[in-house]
Amino acid sequence: MSADSYQLNPHHWVKDYADYLYAYAIRRINNEELAKDLVQETFLAALEKVDKFEGKSSERTWLTAILKNKIIDVYRKKSSGLNKDVQAAEHEQQDFFESDGHWSPEHKPLSFGIDTVDPLHNKEFNHILQQCMQKLPALWLAVFTMKHIDDEDTTIICTELKVSPSNFWVIIHRAKINLRACLQKNWI
Amino acid sequence: MGYLRKIQYNCKQATFLIEKKMIRSLTFREMIELRIHLAGCSVCVLYSKQSRKINEMVRQLLHSTGPSAIRLDDDFKKELQERIEEELNKI
Repeated sequence: MSADSYQLNPHHWVKDYADYLYAYAIRRINNEELAKDLVQETFLAALEKVDKFEGKSSERTWLTAILKNKIIDVYRKKSSGLNKDVQAAEHEQQDFFESDGHWSPEHKPLSFGIDTVDPLHNKEFNHILQQCMQKLPALWLAVFTMKHIDDEDTTIICTELKVSPSNFWVIIHRAKINLRACLQKNWI
Repeated sequence: MGYLRKIQYNCKQATFLIEKKMIRSLTFREMIELRIHLAGCSVCVLYSKQSRKINEMVRQLLHSTGPSAIRLDDDFKKELQERIEEELNKI
């Protein structure tokens, strides 16, 4: 084994990475119990793969990759068969624009002070942002999160979540329109 | 209504292109369409600014490093490590 390759030390996993992995999971699925389960499953799955670890990435990166796949599984489960909330949100979405494509008067974007929010020092805004994100249909949130937070490749997102490329763009658009409207409504 | 006039007045299509542009580059035609629209629509210009800022906020929200307030409770961690040790002994 070369000097610069990484090694695994499962005896320290919980101490070193449990909080990190938990925070990673909870920011993406916002469910404490589920996040705990995923952290546990990640470590157990990792133990089974210990001999496949090649030392090319750090322990943390390697564990995070395992967790990430588990989160995608959750997204997938949540979004399949959950077309109802998508339909409801799509219905609402129609109200954003008039039939000719103009903004409808009551949904027109207004200046609401988002420009002056300091991202690093605004707990209150972050709280509302999180709440608004959770209001999105599960599939939209999954697509949105994978793209804008994890910077995942579009083709991978489409394959993993079984979304067609044209639907991908529609979802990206609708998710943002809804999120923006929710922020405008709740951030006073 | 001519094609260009249509895009000029279509905020739905313009916001769609705004979102697309943040992820990948637009085709030449799309780029022209969006420019024409934004030149005459201050609402979509505002939308575009806000949308960019939202991306920024979302990104920092999920990437905020440093000591996190989100922590597992100690009992859970203790049990978890015990479970791992148990598995390790089996190997």
